[in-house]
Amino acid sequence: MADLTTDFIGIRSPNPFWLASAPPTDKEYNVRRAFDAGWGGVVWKTLGAEGPPVVNVNGPRYGVIHGADRRVLGINNIELITDRPLQTNLDEIARVKRDYPDRAMIASIMVPCEEEAWKAILPRVEDTGSDGIELNFGCPHGMSERGMGSAVGQVPEYIQMVAEWCKHYTHLPVIVKLTPNITDIRKPARAAKAGGADAVSLINTINSITAVDLDDFAPEPTIDGKGSHGGYCGPAVKPIALSMVSEIARDPETRGMPISGIGGVTTWRDAAEFIALGCGNVQVCTAAMTYGFKVVQEMTAGLSRYMDEKGYASIEDFRGRAVPNVTDWQHLNLNYVTKARIDQDACIKCGRCYAACEDTSHQAVAMSADRTFTVVDEECVACNLCVDVCPVEDCITMERLEAGTTDPRTGRIVQAEPADWTTHPNNPGSPNYVPAGQDTMVSEPAE
Amino acid sequence: MTEAMRLDGIRAGRLGPDDLARNFGDLHPGLDAHEATVAADRCYFCHDAPCIAACPTDIDIPLFIRQIQTGQPEAAAKTIFDQNIMGGMCARVCPVETLCQEACVREAAEGKPVEIGRLQRYATDAMMAAGEHPYARAPDTGRRVAVVGAGPAGLACAHRLAMHGHAVTVYDAQPKPGGLNEYGIAAYKTPDGFAQAEVDWLLKIGGIAIENDKAIGKGLSLSALRSDFDAVFLAVGLGGVGALGLDGEDAAGVENAVDFIAALRQHDDLTTLPIGRHVVVIGGGMTAVDAAVQAKLLGAEVVTIAYRRTRDRMPASRWEQDLAASHGVRLAFGLVPHALHARGGKLREVELAYVNPDMTPTGETVRVRADQLFRAIGQKLEAVEGLDLAGGKIAVTGAGRTSLDDVWAGGDCAAGGEDLTVTAVAEGRDAAEDIHGSLSS
Ligand SMILES: Cc1cc2nc3c(=O)[nH]c(=O)nc-3n(C[C@H](O)[C@H](O)[C@H](O)COP(=O)(O)OP(=O)(O)OC[C@H]3O[C@@H](n4cnc5c(N)ncnc54)[C@H](O)[C@@H]3O)c2cc1C
Ligand SMILES: Cc1cc2nc3c(=O)[nH]c(=O)nc-3n(C[C@H](O)[C@H](O)[C@H](O)COP(=O)(O)O)c2cc1C
Ligand code: SF4
Repeated sequence: MADLTTDFIGIRSPNPFWLASAPPTDKEYNVRRAFDAGWGGVVWKTLGAEGPPVVNVNGPRYGVIHGADRRVLGINNIELITDRPLQTNLDEIARVKRDYPDRAMIASIMVPCEEEAWKAILPRVEDTGSDGIELNFGCPHGMSERGMGSAVGQVPEYIQMVAEWCKHYTHLPVIVKLTPNITDIRKPARAAKAGGADAVSLINTINSITAVDLDDFAPEPTIDGKGSHGGYCGPAVKPIALSMVSEIARDPETRGMPISGIGGVTTWRDAAEFIALGCGNVQVCTAAMTYGFKVVQEMTAGLSRYMDEKGYASIEDFRGRAVPNVTDWQHLNLNYVTKARIDQDACIKCGRCYAACEDTSHQAVAMSADRTFTVVDEECVACNLCVDVCPVEDCITMERLEAGTTDPRTGRIVQAEPADWTTHPNNPGSPNYVPAGQDTMVSEPAE
Repeated sequence: MTEAMRLDGIRAGRLGPDDLARNFGDLHPGLDAHEATVAADRCYFCHDAPCIAACPTDIDIPLFIRQIQTGQPEAAAKTIFDQNIMGGMCARVCPVETLCQEACVREAAEGKPVEIGRLQRYATDAMMAAGEHPYARAPDTGRRVAVVGAGPAGLACAHRLAMHGHAVTVYDAQPKPGGLNEYGIAAYKTPDGFAQAEVDWLLKIGGIAIENDKAIGKGLSLSALRSDFDAVFLAVGLGGVGALGLDGEDAAGVENAVDFIAALRQHDDLTTLPIGRHVVVIGGGMTAVDAAVQAKLLGAEVVTIAYRRTRDRMPASRWEQDLAASHGVRLAFGLVPHALHARGGKLREVELAYVNPDMTPTGETVRVRADQLFRAIGQKLEAVEGLDLAGGKIAVTGAGRTSLDDVWAGGDCAAGGEDLTVTAVAEGRDAAEDIHGSLSS
C-alpha cells in the first residue's frame, strides 16, 4: 500500500489533502468533522487583527456556474475573512490541534500591511500550537479595498516585506498564498522566496461575476440590487491553477520552492496532477463545500490505488515528474504528426465531430448518407477538437504517423528527428531562415 | 381483484370509482421543471440529428430541447408548432419508441434515449397553459377551402391554410371535432379533455369554421363541395371495420374495438360502462392493444389478444406489447378466429384455430371463454365517389394530390405513410402548402 503521508516544509500530515482556508475551516465544529472524515490538514479560515471582527453581507454571498444536471462547475463568493473574534478562533485552533496532533494545522492570517500588526498577531498564533502560517495575499474582494489580501498580493515588494516580517517574528514555517489576479504569477512567487517564505500556495480565487440578473440588471450574487465582483473557484479554475503552478515550478528563480496546490481539486486525479506538477500537497475548498467532507475518502483511496498501480511508494516518487515536460511552444516537436481516428464500433453517430470540424475547423470529417463519420487525412490538422466534443470517451483518438510515411495533408514525409520552431525555415530567428519570396517557403504548420 | 370482477357476462361496476380514476389517469404524467431540465441536459445537439429525420413532421428536436435547457419552454413550443401544430397531442400519443426516440444516439449509446416525447409535452403544455397562440392569420385571400374530416389531418391542413389567409370550413360527421384524437386514442394517453382543448387552442388562429354532424354521403357531396369551394381536402380517416366472416357475428358481445373505445372515450362515468369478464381481442395493432388494456383497466378479469402471426410481425410496437403484458393482458400468437359459440344470443366462447407462419391451419383449435369479443382487424376506407384508389385508400401523388385537380387527400384515408396521428398532421400540413401554392399561382 502506498504511503500517503507528506512532509511539507517540515509539517507532517497523514495525507496530502488539506482543506483550504475558507468556510469549511472557520470553526472548531467543522474542523473536527473534517478530521474525523479523514482530511490530512486544514488551513484555518483567515484570521484578522485583534479588534471588532469584519462583517459579512447578510444576503447571498455565493454565485454559481452549473454544467449539465446542475453539476457545480464553479462558485464565486464575496465572503470576507473570518467574522468571529480572534481569541475565539485561537482558542479553538489550540483545542483542535491538541486533540488531533497528527493532523496539519495552519493558521491563515491577513492583517494590515504594517509591521506592528504582524508583530502583534504572530506570537498569539504560535501559542495555539499551529504547525505553520499561511499569509492570505489573495482575497480579491472587500479586504483588497482596505489594502489587504490581493492588494498586497499584486505588489511583489509588499509580499517580500511581509514575508520578511513573518520570518522575523515567528519560527513557524511561512506559506505565502498567491492571488491569480495578476499577469505574471512568477513575480509574486519570486518575491515570496526573496522574503524568505518557506512555500507558496496557489491559487486563491479569481475576480469574477457569475451572472447578471436579466430582470433586475444586477450582477450575481445580488445584494439589494447591486453586486460586486467575487472570487471564482471550483473545477472551472483548475486549468488556470495548474498553469500557474507549472510556471513557478519551472521558473529558474523559484524552481524547487515548495508549492501547495489549490484550485478546483475535486477528485484524486486532480490532486495527482497538481503533485505531478511539483506540489507537495493540495488544498481543497469547493469540492468539500459541494459534496461535504466525505469526498476526501474518494481522494485518498483513489490516490493510493493510482500510486499502487504505478508502483509509487510515496508522493515523492512522482512529485514534479510532469515539470520537465512543461515547455515553451517554440520547443514543441513540429515533426510529431497525428491524425484523428474514429472507432466505428464506438461511434453513436451524433455527428458532433462533423459539425465542429466542418463549421469551425478544417472540413476533415466526412459524413456519409448513412451517418458514417470518417476522417479525411488530407485535411486533418490534428487539432483535437473532434476528440474534445465527442460524447463517447476514446471513440475518437489521435494516431501518430510513423516516420517515413507521407502526411497526405502536406505531402511531406514525416521525419523521425524532432524539429521545432527555433530551427524552422519560416522563423526569422532560426539559423535555417529562408526570407519570403524564395520558393522553399514552408507553409506549415503556421497556424 | 373485486368480487364484481368474477361475475360472468357484460356488466358495469366491476371496479370502484377510485380504481377507475387511477387506471385512467395520465399514463405518462407531464415532467415538472426539474425533471425537464434533467432530461433536456442529456441531449447532445447532434448534427443533422437522426431524431429529426425520424419524426414525420421534421420537428427540430435538438433546437427545441436546447430552448428548454435555456429556460424558454415557450420558445421550444414555437419550434415544435412551426412543424407540427398538434405537437401537444403527438407528444402524448406518438409511438416514440419507433420514431424519434428510436433514432436518438443515446439509444445507441446507453439504451436510454432522451425523453423527447415527454420534453415535447413539457414545452407544448407550457405554451398552451399560458393561453398563447403564436400564429396570426395572413390577410384574407378571398379563397375558400373545404376540409372534410376534423381529425389531425384535417385540422393541421385547416390551420396551415388559415395561416396563409384562406377561409376554411371543416365538415365532420361526428358531433365533436378531433377525429380519433377525440374518439379513438386510448383514454390514459390523453386524459382531462385534452383533445378538445387542443382543438380550441388551434382554432385561435381564426378563419376556420367547423361544422359538425355533416358528412359526405349524408347531406354533403364531393361534387357540391367542389363547386362551392376553390379546393377540397379530404381527411375522412378510415371509418369502416372489416367483419371476421364467421357465423354468429351478430351475437351480443361481438363488437368493433373502435366502437368500444369511442364509447369509452365519450363516457363520463366509467363506473356505469359495461365490460365483459372474459374478453378476447382479435388483431395485433395499436387498436387491439388499446382495446385490451382498457378492457383490463375497466375490470375485465381475463383479457386475451389473439394475433394471427408471430410476435415480431405484430404491428403494435414492442413498447405497446409490453404495456399490454404489464397490465396482465395475455398475448397469444398464431391464432385465428374459427367459430363463435353463443347461448341465448349471447357470446360464450370463441374458438380459435392455430395457424402456421404461412397462415395454413395446423388443424388444432382451442376454445376460449368470452363474454365479449372486440374486432381490431384494421379499419378501412368508406368509399368516396369519383376518386381513384390505391390499395383500398385514396390514391395520391406529391403532397396529397388526388385524381381530381381541385381535391387533395391526407391522413389515414390517403395511400402511403403509416396510420399515425403525426403522419396525418404532416400530410395535412403539406397538402395545405400545396393547396396554397396552387391557389396563389
Ligand atoms: C384505437 C386507436 C388508437 C390509436 N392510437 C394511436 C396512438 O396511440 N398514436 C398514434 O400516433 N396513432 C394512433 N392511432 C392512429 C391515429 O389515430 C390515426 O392515424 C389518425 O387519427 C388519423 O388521422 P386522420 O385525420 O387521417 O383521421 P381520423 O382521426 O380518423 O379523422 C377522420 C375524421 O373524419 C370524419 N369523417 C369520416 N367520414 C366522414 C365523412 N364521410 N364526412 C365527414 N366527415 C367524415 C370522422 O368523423 C373523423 O372525425 C390510433 C387509432 C386507433 C383507431
Ligand atoms: C466562500 C469562500 C471563502 C474563502 N475565504 C478564504 C479566506 O478567508 N482565506 C483564503 O486564503 N482563501 C479563501 N478562499 C479561497 C479558498 O481557500 C481557495 O483558495 C479557493 O477556493 C480555490 O480552491 P477550490 O477551487 O478548491 O475552491 C475562500 C473561498 C471561498 C469559496
Ligand atoms: S482533429 Fe481537428 S482537423 Fe482533424 S478531424 Fe478532428 S476536428 Fe477536424
